[in-house]
Amino acid sequence: MVDFGFGLVPSSRINLDLFDKEKYDELAAMEPDVRICMACGSCTAVCTAGKFVPTSLREAIEAIKNANSEKALQMLESCQLCGKCSMVCPRGINTRHLILSITKVYSQK
Amino acid sequence: MTPLFNLLAAQAEVPEVIDRIPSGFSYFVLPFTIGVAFMFCWIGIGTIRLLAAMPREDRIKFWKSLFIPKTAAKNIKELFCDCLFHVKIWQRKPLLGYMHSAIAFGWFMIIILGHIEVALFVPARLNVTRGGLFYPIFYRYFVWMNPGHTTLRGSFFFFLMDFFLLYILSGIALAVFKRFRSIVLGMRHTTKPSFADRVALYSLWMIFPLRLLAESFTADLSGGSFLTIPVNQFWHFLFGDKLWFMPCWWAYSICLGLFFAAMPFSRYMHILTEVLWILLRNAGIKPNHPRKGVAEAEIYACSSCGLCLDACPMNVQKKNLKFSSVYFIRFLRRHNEKKINAIADKCLMCDKCHALCPVGVDAPALRRAQRATVNNSLPYDYSYLGSVVSKDTVRTAKDTGAAAELRPYSAAAKRGWTRPGSDGCPEGMVSEPIQTYSSNPEVLYFAGCMSHLTPRIIKSVEKIFKAAGVEYAFADRDGGICCGRPLMLAGKTDAAAATIAANKKMIQESGCSTLVLSCPICFKIFKEEYHLEGIKVVHYTQFINELIASGRLNVEKTDRKMVYHDPCELGRGCGVYLEPRAALSQVGTLVKASKEYDESICCGGSLGSLTLDTHDRAKISEASLTSLLDGKPETIVTACPLCLKTFSETVANSGRIAGKVKVKDFAEAISSTL
Repeated sequence: MVDFGFGLVPSSRINLDLFDKEKYDELAAMEPDVRICMACGSCTAVCTAGKFVPTSLREAIEAIKNANSEKALQMLESCQLCGKCSMVCPRGINTRHLILSITKVYSQK
Repeated sequence: MTPLFNLLAAQAEVPEVIDRIPSGFSYFVLPFTIGVAFMFCWIGIGTIRLLAAMPREDRIKFWKSLFIPKTAAKNIKELFCDCLFHVKIWQRKPLLGYMHSAIAFGWFMIIILGHIEVALFVPARLNVTRGGLFYPIFYRYFVWMNPGHTTLRGSFFFFLMDFFLLYILSGIALAVFKRFRSIVLGMRHTTKPSFADRVALYSLWMIFPLRLLAESFTADLSGGSFLTIPVNQFWHFLFGDKLWFMPCWWAYSICLGLFFAAMPFSRYMHILTEVLWILLRNAGIKPNHPRKGVAEAEIYACSSCGLCLDACPMNVQKKNLKFSSVYFIRFLRRHNEKKINAIADKCLMCDKCHALCPVGVDAPALRRAQRATVNNSLPYDYSYLGSVVSKDTVRTAKDTGAAAELRPYSAAAKRGWTRPGSDGCPEGMVSEPIQTYSSNPEVLYFAGCMSHLTPRIIKSVEKIFKAAGVEYAFADRDGGICCGRPLMLAGKTDAAAATIAANKKMIQESGCSTLVLSCPICFKIFKEEYHLEGIKVVHYTQFINELIASGRLNVEKTDRKMVYHDPCELGRGCGVYLEPRAALSQVGTLVKASKEYDESICCGGSLGSLTLDTHDRAKISEASLTSLLDGKPETIVTACPLCLKTFSETVANSGRIAGKVKVKDFAEAISSTL
């Protein structure tokens, strides 16, 4: 990244150059529904695990798009695949398979 | 006169049957002998490899099971009913059952009777070194009937052989007919045969007509009965006195040889592997890998009959036929990893193919095992489960931190526990020092994740509990953790085990004696995997039915027409069909759905499928709904939060019936009459 001598604090900086398009395409091929999420957060609102530890599919998708796959995995590691999110999703996303696919694609180094 | 005749005439007792060919061999038996020897070698080596691949304890369990009288009796019964008579197919489709049992039982009887004949008339030939492998099969070729010395015993066997041959031929005729018009025999879809299937199939079709031909050509020499003798006379009429019968026997032997040689690579392997599978199944051995050990016996026991094609709810759309269990097992046999995974992930796990399978192949379990090979190694972190359980379980006497017990302080609150107050102590309750453990709540209610999304279920259950005066504790009022079944279905077996351990601890610490569940998904796993000793695990339909039957709950009979939908996990999964119906018939009139009990169609909302999209699910929901509306009910009642939500949405979205039909949960239907 070009250094202009000013910028955000490192912790909140998003470096989109790091976005891995290949991996994202691999994920989208596995579960195309990732592209139709509109980040409404219904999944997070009903999440069983989310009541106890930060768990959010919405944030995970956001994190992937912001080139932070580490955070995405963290957001999903306590998921129990109970499927409540798929029941409430207004876009009809196959959330359980999306969660499995994200873990599958991004946990391989 | 030949020397042979002189020899025989010298014997005191004149034999009924004469060994026509002293060597007991003719070249035409070779194709059959080679084919059958190859098949037996293949299955022998396969069985040894299979048993060797099984864990040691399973092997011991298997050998032991053969000597346990109860299991042995079950084995014998199932071997006869499933392998020979095909009782399960008879019950569903009589014509199809007749076809299968005609070929299987008829052929079995012909082989057995052939051996008995040899044993009675030329016993020396049973010895393997003297042609025991093929002699009984081609018995009619090798013998001469001694004219004038036929006894009643001999004629009896001639009759039986002809009778069973005719029986088989009728079955074969139906089988040929089925190839072209399967719907007449009750099958909408049939399996697409593979190449080896076709070779075996066409030779199987040819075997018995050729046998009739071969035996009828020699019937005047070797004897026959009502079928072979008239045909023989016809040949004589047509071809004159000298009949040249060798080509028929050659053709018969070649067809048999081809069939047995193609058998290991075709669906017909199930004829023998089914025996092994029944023994293994009854020994209680479960596959833990989709391809190795017991699973191998299971996938080779699949007869590719295609009954699962019509059963599968996904097949309302023709494009999904390829995801049926029969093709899953075919690709498992072929080690086609890519296709196996795609098929395994698609399935709704409604278990209908397993329930209706005439061989009892548990394809959903194999799919689960297949999913586990991919998903079980995915990372997860459930370290939070421990803390959740100690914080959020029911507060009971066994809780070490708060050594207090909650008791109702007024008569009004006696009817169970009410909403928790801000201090963590339920409203209308006071804390009292513990005296004994005995006053722990007798009933623990676990709603589960899905019920929390459909609060009307929870409200109704609590209303019923109060009306019946059930002392209960609510295990996950503020949200608990998942039961583990969805993880299990997705193949994350280790993660499911961690979840089960956490929940089990919570339930055991509550000290309850009955655990009531309102979600069939939870119910299945609590019943099968939790092993809660001393705690009765019941579904709320069973519990409420019990309350009504014992008179603790008074309901009012209405004239409302209702139809009950059997949720997959409750009906086929746990075998609960009658209790919900018994209770519902107390509050209304039950009408029939076109498919119910173990034939009920999945609502389409199942958690089992990983990759089925919303569009395909909607099609399934519609099909299921159509079946339910068959008896024109006013209300559809189901006992699963997932079905409730799916049906509610489907009804609301369909213009045709929206507003005319209500979708209710079981507890709602009962509580609305209180």
